[in-house]
Amino acid sequence: MVVFGTLSEKLTSALSSLRTKGKLSAADVDGTVREIRRALLDADVSLDVVKSFTGKIRDRALSDDVNKALNPAQQVVQIVNEELVEILGGAQSQLSFAKKPPTVIMLAGLQGSGKTTFAGKLAKYLKSQGHTPVLVACDLQRPNAVTQLTVIAEQAGVQIFAPEPGNGKGNPVAVAKDGVKYAKQKLYDTVIIDTAGRLGVDEDLMREARSVRDATSPDEVLFVLDAMIGQDAVVTAKAFQDGVDFTGVVLTKLDGDARGGAALSVRGLTDRPIVFASTGESLDALEPFYPDRMASRILDLGDILTLIEQAQKNFDEDDANKVAEKIQSNTFTLQDFLEQLQQVRKMGSMKGLLGMMPGAGKMREQIDNFDEKDIDRTEAIIRSMTPAERETPKLLNGSRRLRIAKGSGMTVTDVNQLVIRFESAAKMMKTVAKGVPQTSRAWDRFPGHAPRAKRSPPKRLRVRGTPPNARQRTRPFNRLLPGMEIVSDSVPNRPPK
Amino acid sequence: MAWSLSKAFKSLFAGARQVEPQDWENLEDTLLQADFGPRVTDEVIEAVHAIADVSATLDTDDLRRILGEVLEERLDAFDPTLSLASEPGKPAVVLVVGVNGVGKTTTIGKFAKFIATRGKRVLVGAADTFRAAAVDQLATWAERAGVDIVKPQQDGQDPAAVAFQTVERAVTDGHEIVIIDTAGRLHTKSGLMDELAKIKRVVEKSVPIAEVLLVLDATTGQNGLNQAEAFLEQAGVTGLVLTKLDGSARGGFVFAVQELTGIPVKLVGQGEGIDDLTGFTPHVFVRQLLD
Repeated sequence: MVVFGTLSEKLTSALSSLRTKGKLSAADVDGTVREIRRALLDADVSLDVVKSFTGKIRDRALSDDVNKALNPAQQVVQIVNEELVEILGGAQSQLSFAKKPPTVIMLAGLQGSGKTTFAGKLAKYLKSQGHTPVLVACDLQRPNAVTQLTVIAEQAGVQIFAPEPGNGKGNPVAVAKDGVKYAKQKLYDTVIIDTAGRLGVDEDLMREARSVRDATSPDEVLFVLDAMIGQDAVVTAKAFQDGVDFTGVVLTKLDGDARGGAALSVRGLTDRPIVFASTGESLDALEPFYPDRMASRILDLGDILTLIEQAQKNFDEDDANKVAEKIQSNTFTLQDFLEQLQQVRKMGSMKGLLGMMPGAGKMREQIDNFDEKDIDRTEAIIRSMTPAERETPKLLNGSRRLRIAKGSGMTVTDVNQLVIRFESAAKMMKTVAKGVPQTSRAWDRFPGHAPRAKRSPPKRLRVRGTPPNARQRTRPFNRLLPGMEIVSDSVPNRPPK
Repeated sequence: MAWSLSKAFKSLFAGARQVEPQDWENLEDTLLQADFGPRVTDEVIEAVHAIADVSATLDTDDLRRILGEVLEERLDAFDPTLSLASEPGKPAVVLVVGVNGVGKTTTIGKFAKFIATRGKRVLVGAADTFRAAAVDQLATWAERAGVDIVKPQQDGQDPAAVAFQTVERAVTDGHEIVIIDTAGRLHTKSGLMDELAKIKRVVEKSVPIAEVLLVLDATTGQNGLNQAEAFLEQAGVTGLVLTKLDGSARGGFVFAVQELTGIPVKLVGQGEGIDDLTGFTPHVFVRQLLD
C-alpha cells in the first residue's frame, strides 16, 4: 500500500521538475510552491508556518537573482534549504549553566512526549560531561512515574531525589523546591526536574507547572515535544510558552519516520531554540540539535554539506592519489586497504555515513542492518598479519592463516573469506580504474562487507554515479561522495502522487 | 488564548449569512489545522462543493450542515463494534499495541474498568517488560479497575511468554476477557515489530485473538498513517483507539487512517480518569469537531 511520500520525496519530485527546465516562469514557481505547500502540510508543518514559508520561497524564487542564474533549479533548492535552516534556528544552540551551581533544568510537555526518558538521557549526558546531576521526581500524577524515574536514574548511574511516592500523592512544588535544596546541600551541580505531562488546555495543571518554575527559578525550562505531533504542535507550544515560558525545545522520537514538521512549526512560532534531538530508547540516544542537518534531513537531499566537509577533512588528496596509483599498477595491498578502512572510519560510523547519503530514506532498513562490527572484524584480521603478509597475501599458507585466525579471534574460514574478497575487490577496483562501468555486485566484493544470513542482501544496492570522470575512475572510494545516489533495486521508485 | 478548532469553526459559521469565497478558504484552513491532511481536506471540500453547488442560495448554516453530513458519511462506512465474544475456556483476547507514549497502559486501565463494570471477568497481562516500571503502572490501573493481573516472573522476561501465561491463566481461572499490554515501539523498528508478531503467534497457539487494538494519539499528525499501516501489516490490527481527545487536538488524521487501512476506530479516550473511555460514535465525533 502506497501512502504519501515523505516530505523529502515530495520536495524532490517537486524540484526535479524544475531541474529539467532552463529558466523559471511564474507558472513554474507557482506549481512548485504548491507542491512544497502540500509536502509541508503532509509533514505536519503548521498551516501558518507553511503559508509564510511558501510566501517567502515564491518571492525569492521570482526575484531577478534567480532568473539570471545559470541553474535556477539548484537555486530554488538552495532557497528552500536556506529558509528551512533559517526557521530551524540558524546556529546550533546549547544549554546555559548557572554561574553559581546548581543549574536547574525543568522539563515540561504533553503526556507521552518522552519527558521521563529524556530526563534520564539528559542526566547521563551531563554526567558524561563531568557534571553531577540529580533527578527530581515531580511527576506525582501518572501511576508509577516515580518508580520509572528511579529505575532510569539507576540505569544512568545518577542520583535521584524522590521523597514522594506519586500516584496522585504529594505536592510537586514542594518536591521541586526540596530537590534544589537537596542539590545545594549535597553539592550536586545540576538539578533535572521531571514534571507530570499535561495538556495545553488544562489551566490548573499549567498553573501548577508555573508554580514549580517560580519555586525553583530554573536556568532552563525545556519543552519536550514528540516529533510525530501534528498541527496541534502550534497550539501546544503556544500554551506552554504562555504557561511556563520555556527556554528551549527537545524533539523526541526522531528515530521514527516522522517527518519532523513540528520542528519547523515550533521554531516558526515560538522563536525558542531546539536544543536536543532524542533518537531512541537507549539512554545514550541523545544528540544536540543541528538546524542545518535537520533542514537537509527534511529535504532528504542528504546531509551533503556535512558529508563534503567531513570528506574533505579526512581524505588526504595525496594519499588518495597514491592509492589510485597502486590500484592501477596492481600493487594495492592489504595494508593499503587497512588504511583506507581507517580513513572511511574517521568520517564517522558507516551507518551514519550511509544515512547521510541522498536517497538514504529509501534504504533505511538496509542501513539499520549494516553491521558496523564487520569492519572491526576485518581490521582485526589484517592487524594479526605480519607486514610481509599484508604486502603479499600469497604468503598466506595454512599455518599462517591458522595463526592469524587465532590472533584475531576469528576462524580460518573468516580469514579465507577476507583474502578471497580482498583479491576480487582489488581486481574489481582495477577494472573500475580502467573505466569499465561498475557492476551491480561491486558492493558485495568490498572486504569487510561479508554477506550475512539475516541481513538484507547488500547486492540489492546498486551504486549509480555520475558518469565516471577521470578523477573518479582512479578513486573508487570517492564513489561514496555526493553527486551519486544509491538506489535499491528491490524497491521500485514510487511515482510521484 | 490558544487557537481551537471549535472556535475556528464557530467563527466560520457565526450567524447564518451568504457563503463567500473566503469561507471556502477558511474551511480548507480549518480542516488542515485539524490534521485532516491535504488529501482528505481536498476530498472533503470537493464533496461539500458537489452538494453545495447545486443549491441556488447557500448560507453558512447550510455549509456547516453539509460538511457535517459529508464527514459523518465518511465515518459511517466503518463498523466501530468491538468483537469480544467469549465462551467458557475460550476467553476473548485483546492485544493492545502502539508507538511509545500514546497511552496504551492508561487505555488498558480504562478499558478493563469499562468491561468489568459490564459484569465480565477481566484479566490483564503486563507484557510491557521493556519500559521501566511499566508493569507497576499497569498494576496500579488493574487495582483501580478491580481486575486481575499477570505480571512477568522476572525483569525483562520475554513478552510473548508473559502473554502466553496470561492467556493460560484466563483459561484455567475462567476469565472472559484478556487484555495484553505491550511495550511501545516505533513502527520503523523491524526487530521490535517482529516481536509483536511473535506475541501474536504464541497467544494464538492457545486461543485465537479477538481484537488487536492500535492506540493512536490524537495529537499525532500525518505520521499516524505510517503507524497504522506498519502495525496493520505486522500485527494484524483490527481496531483503533484514539486517545488524548480531551486536549486541543482533534485527530482529523483518523479519516485518512480509516480509509487507507480499512480499520475502524472503536474506542475514544478523553482524559486521565478511569472512566474517560467511550465507544466511537461518528455522530458525536463530528459534533465535537464542529461545535
